[in-house]
Amino acid sequence: MSEISLTIDGLAVKSQPGLSLLLAARAYGIDIPTLCHHDDLKPEGHCRLCLVEIGPPGHTRLVNSCTYPVEPGLIVQTASEKVLQDRRMVLELLLAQAPAAELIQKMAAEHGVYETRFKKADPQARCILCAQCVRTCREVVGVSAISMAFRTPKKMVATPFNEESEACIGCGSCVFICPTNVIAYTEKDGIRTVWGRNFELQPCNVCGNYIAPKAQLEHWAKITGDPVESFFVCRDCR
Amino acid sequence: MPKLETVKQLEEYRRRLLTHPDAQASQILVCGGPGCIPMGSEEVAAAFRRELKERGPAVKVLLKESGCQGWCSKAVKVMIRPQEITYQQVIPQDVPEIVAETLIQGKILDRLCYRDPADQTAKAHKSEIPFYQGQQPLVLGKMDLIDPTSLDDYLAAGGYRAIQQVLAQMSPEAVIQAVDRSGLRGRGGGGFPTGRKWRFCREASGEVKYLICNADEGEGDSGAFMDRVVMEGNPHAVLEGMVIGGYAIGAHQGFIYVRYEYPLAVKRLSLAIDQARQCGLLGANILGSGFAFEVKISKGAGAFVCGEETALIASMEGKIGEPRNRPPYPAQHGLWGKPTVINNVETLANLPEIINRGADWFAAIGSEKSKGTKVFSLVGAVNHTGLVEVPMGTSLRQIVFDLGGGIRDGGEFKAVQTGGPSGGCIPKEYLDLPVDYDSLQSVGSIMGSGLMIVMDQNSCMVDVAKYFMSFLHDESCGKCTPCREGTKQLLEILTEITQGRGQEEYLVLMEELCATMRSASLCGLGQSAVTPVLSTLKYFREEYEAHIQQKKCPALVCRPLLKYTIDPETCTGCLACVLECPAEAIQGEAGEPHELDQELCVKCGMCHAVCKFEAVKVES
Repeated sequence: MSEISLTIDGLAVKSQPGLSLLLAARAYGIDIPTLCHHDDLKPEGHCRLCLVEIGPPGHTRLVNSCTYPVEPGLIVQTASEKVLQDRRMVLELLLAQAPAAELIQKMAAEHGVYETRFKKADPQARCILCAQCVRTCREVVGVSAISMAFRTPKKMVATPFNEESEACIGCGSCVFICPTNVIAYTEKDGIRTVWGRNFELQPCNVCGNYIAPKAQLEHWAKITGDPVESFFVCRDCR
Repeated sequence: MPKLETVKQLEEYRRRLLTHPDAQASQILVCGGPGCIPMGSEEVAAAFRRELKERGPAVKVLLKESGCQGWCSKAVKVMIRPQEITYQQVIPQDVPEIVAETLIQGKILDRLCYRDPADQTAKAHKSEIPFYQGQQPLVLGKMDLIDPTSLDDYLAAGGYRAIQQVLAQMSPEAVIQAVDRSGLRGRGGGGFPTGRKWRFCREASGEVKYLICNADEGEGDSGAFMDRVVMEGNPHAVLEGMVIGGYAIGAHQGFIYVRYEYPLAVKRLSLAIDQARQCGLLGANILGSGFAFEVKISKGAGAFVCGEETALIASMEGKIGEPRNRPPYPAQHGLWGKPTVINNVETLANLPEIINRGADWFAAIGSEKSKGTKVFSLVGAVNHTGLVEVPMGTSLRQIVFDLGGGIRDGGEFKAVQTGGPSGGCIPKEYLDLPVDYDSLQSVGSIMGSGLMIVMDQNSCMVDVAKYFMSFLHDESCGKCTPCREGTKQLLEILTEITQGRGQEEYLVLMEELCATMRSASLCGLGQSAVTPVLSTLKYFREEYEAHIQQKKCPALVCRPLLKYTIDPETCTGCLACVLECPAEAIQGEAGEPHELDQELCVKCGMCHAVCKFEAVKVES
């Protein structure tokens, strides 16, 4: 298919069909702030920070640029007054939701929001429910050990019934991806603890350093069909 | 029930039903609607059955339990045909008299009739009763004629005539054109033109397409139950509409998404599906047309957000009931990735009549841009509550005062909230507003589910906004930030205001937040959740200001802002309040005026409720 021409912030741009407005804009160096977007994950539009205004003057509406595809002739404003106003409001809401999240404080400050007028939740709260952990576990790791649970009043990321998850392989990808460092994770004496479950770590057959949880290596063995022992040498010693 | 393989066989079968001696017999129809069943309609029907059995074959009458006859506050209702005598608030003990007097002697029992409030004359016939006079029941119409468990009844009333015509004489494109020309818009609330939605799906590429009947749209909120009534009272009309829709868009599989909490609807629909399948009105090669269509029921768990199309699809696919961003639209990429049309129950139930009586006939009903009728669930502070169906463009005044019989207990109209929890409150200056999709939007409300809650002077509009926000906060799926955090903070602010802790700046803050929620929320739930707040802020701002500035609740609803006192002149010293007060805040001896200690008072209102002498005064 041929390229699509559209206008972003007054600039005539060309884009591949199927690309999101966010990626089309970024390709031209136009930055749109995001929180729940990650290049390796399917966009889902949770955070609403990447809102842009689309349509001809007088008939515009806001859409989130991470999921909205490029359309021929579309007029896009990534930083109109309405967009900035709503972005500031979203950040103000997130500041109240996750007062301890440094990333939110930093982004809010960049948008001129230094304090929230809303009632703050627990002062230690950091989760912004962006679902990057859930999506990583599902789309990248492929085990779906965690998911979103409940609706607004009690919405949280959780393992099923908040119990130790049999599906979890202890890989820690959720911890790695979390933009506000909220997922508890410890490693001590050859045991990794995440989501309330202890995972025995496998030492390298050569150097003795820990490679990964046994459960994770078993998961690799299952995917590849190779014997699990073939993963018992760390990357450095291979 | 024979298998009907051709249009001719169906015609012949219907002719036999209509010429059967039963078709001419008198009928007693006991309302089996959701208002009457809890009030004992099954017991009333059983009493009739017993009585008729005792009387033997001398009394020639058919007994049926019908669908909803409307006017739920007058349950249990009984209709006697062909005279259309409507009896109200019938109990089993009335039954022998009804049989002896009305059925055998043809006398009308005045005591069971509606009474004209002006001169107390009894009005026995449906056509004389104002509640029914202003209505035009296209969707609810057959309900007081038929037994919803009988396919024969539906066929005898002209049912499945529309699919005869559609399958034998019309191309799918002609059906879409007819629906387009009729001006039918989605009855679930959004008001999107049905024909246009169908065309998008018909033109979408793909062999497999689906039609979903959305029976969860606005249902389950505070008082809207029209879809439930249609499914329970006339399930075949829904199926007939689905066959028409399926044929038009090129779908061979339909689903009805209905909540577990509606067991009777599920039961009646399941029965109707079995009946239609057995006689060949569903399944392969319907009436010899070569068109195949199946219907399955998909049961939801009752989340409000699952009335939203994309959340509904996610729920049907077994995923968490959360909406997703559009595009792609369901018409292109819907259930399991296939082009899908989702139509509301009431929308589908309108289709048979549009085909039977013609698009132009339908388009002549209603207002300029909203055609046909709308079923409203009229509840709240009106004399006559229940389902009403009126042409689009009927004024609020007609609905509330003519059909609804005005405000209960001689009260004063204050506002009507239309559209369900995410609808707006409309004040009395707009009582003459013709009700349709666009006019409601122009005054800051919505058609929504068709719920109409009438409020009198005893409603505090801040409290009303808080009530709806607490529902929406609970039902928000929490996927996107503006809706999740926005409903949370709006509820927080409204609670503060109703408890006397409101700050001046709250009103502006709420308006700013609402503007963002409206434009930036992912789905309709968040976008419209602001309507109760914005509409009350617009029309009843002084009530907010009274709560914030004077710490007063003018409607005397918000308890923390009330002050209870005992008038020593009126108090008889009966001790009733002393005994009931949970905080032991009232002291006094028998026969002596009691005293209320303001420090100890928890403002529960118990003393006010128990005082028989109106000695407990409440003020704000």
